Amino acid sequence: MSETEPAVASPPHLDEVEASVERRRAARAARARVSAVLAPTGVVIAVLLLWELGTRAFGVPVFLLPPPTAVVAAMVKHAALLGVASWVTTIEIVLGFGLSIAVGIPLALMIFLWPPFARAVLPLLISSQAMPKVAVAPLLLVWFGFGLAPKVVIAFLIAFFPVVINTAVGLGAIEPEKIYLARSMGLGAWDTFFKIRLPDALPAIFAGLKISITLAVVGAVVGEFVGGDAGLGYLLMVANGSMDTQLLFAGIVGLTILGVALYLLVELAERLAIPRHIISEDKGARGTL
Amino acid sequence: MTQAMAAILPDPSPRPYLDLRGLTKVYASRDGAVRALDQVSVSGARGAFISIVGPSGCGKSTLMMIAAGLMPASSGVVAIDGMQIDRPRTDIGIVFQSPVLLEWRTALGNVMLQAEAKRLDRASAERRARDLLAAVGLAGFEDKYPHELSGGMRQRVSLCRALIHDPPQLLMDEPFGALDALTRDQLVLDLQRLCHERSMSVLFITHSVAEAVFLSDQVIVMTPRPGRIDRLIDIDLPRPRTLAMRESPEFSRYCREILDLFLARGVLREH
Repeated sequence: MSETEPAVASPPHLDEVEASVERRRAARAARARVSAVLAPTGVVIAVLLLWELGTRAFGVPVFLLPPPTAVVAAMVKHAALLGVASWVTTIEIVLGFGLSIAVGIPLALMIFLWPPFARAVLPLLISSQAMPKVAVAPLLLVWFGFGLAPKVVIAFLIAFFPVVINTAVGLGAIEPEKIYLARSMGLGAWDTFFKIRLPDALPAIFAGLKISITLAVVGAVVGEFVGGDAGLGYLLMVANGSMDTQLLFAGIVGLTILGVALYLLVELAERLAIPRHIISEDKGARGTL
Repeated sequence: MTQAMAAILPDPSPRPYLDLRGLTKVYASRDGAVRALDQVSVSGARGAFISIVGPSGCGKSTLMMIAAGLMPASSGVVAIDGMQIDRPRTDIGIVFQSPVLLEWRTALGNVMLQAEAKRLDRASAERRARDLLAAVGLAGFEDKYPHELSGGMRQRVSLCRALIHDPPQLLMDEPFGALDALTRDQLVLDLQRLCHERSMSVLFITHSVAEAVFLSDQVIVMTPRPGRIDRLIDIDLPRPRTLAMRESPEFSRYCREILDLFLARGVLREH
């Protein structure tokens, strides 16, 4: 029965099929890239618009909720003030974060290398985290005065814990075979640490650093709340006291930008320390927000 | 050598290259002591390919770790070429069941780690590394990272890393256990050629009876826990061995002998 030939005239060549599959994949990837930018931007614009129109339509007083345009106006008007305050707070955050690394990583090393030390110190470390830092802040003022020091110390106290824990856990989480391998290759203790164990722990360490930098921001602001005479946290207190809600919002926006910028810097350092192809291979802590 | 020890060895005449005598290993664990090995003695001439087959938990891997000097035996002696071993052996090549590659190094970089540890001349070591990678079919993949390679390719890189310093002995712990059947066959053939070319001694641990018979000069069959030596079987098949040989009656007879031992010990049960 060969009266009706099948409709397939000539089957497409494999090259053509491949080309069309590749075209479709590229189109899908392009769409995903565009929507990755468009979707969040769209949501932000929609929220700002709703906020702006809502406050105007219902006549919300500016001291309760200023519209976004008023906040922007305040930011422009107080640009110099905000700039100086941001600089002060940035110094406190960076110093607190730096201290977290300088103390946290050696501490983690000792915890990892010396189990009795870990047993002795870990309960103290954990209870130091359970203790609310805000409660200790006044005491730090008594000890360190009203200058830079107490803010840096509070930022450090809040921020160093994830550095210690992630570094210690990361160093210990290596597959035992990698260490056996190192020993059978005759790799010395120094080389085993720097060529194998440390690079293996880097993703976990950076996960800790990324949590730490956001906590350092909180710490610096808490320090300024309690006993500051400069900085964005102090600015928030002043604006709040004088019912200048526009300035209050401007300060919050400034802190948010500062926090995100510092986080992105840590992420950039991670990219440089751990090449992209490793991060893309998901392994527990590896990955970005 | 005491008389008791001499009695354990089947033929002590030419000094064996690999000489494990009366190895016993007992692990301390929360649920009481675990007996992993009980009086295991293995000896092999230089260049011999020795396989150890046995059920899971018979202490095969423990035996390899002890032979590599990575783990102390509870009692017994490990001697290589007449020298007693009491620290990790750095002259050997070692391949684990997982490839154990460093994710942040390329295929070539992983092989070169061994050369760096041994402080070999960089240029000539790199030439050797490239030759080895090419010999196992990885030419063109030198600069790929482990996550860009298939499981079989990763294990090949691991094999190259174990061979770059021309070790006198290769220790392998179920190296092909996680691979598909076709990849396994190819790697077994590659391994046979590589070992033949450099007349290397091999201690090969496997679950696969056919793999053991195919590759080995001698197969050591172990009992379930605690691991004891059940039988030593000399494999008298001509080399190089071919895939077709697996269909031969001699090959089947060796496999049958090992399977019969497993049946007799209750490792396998026919219903």
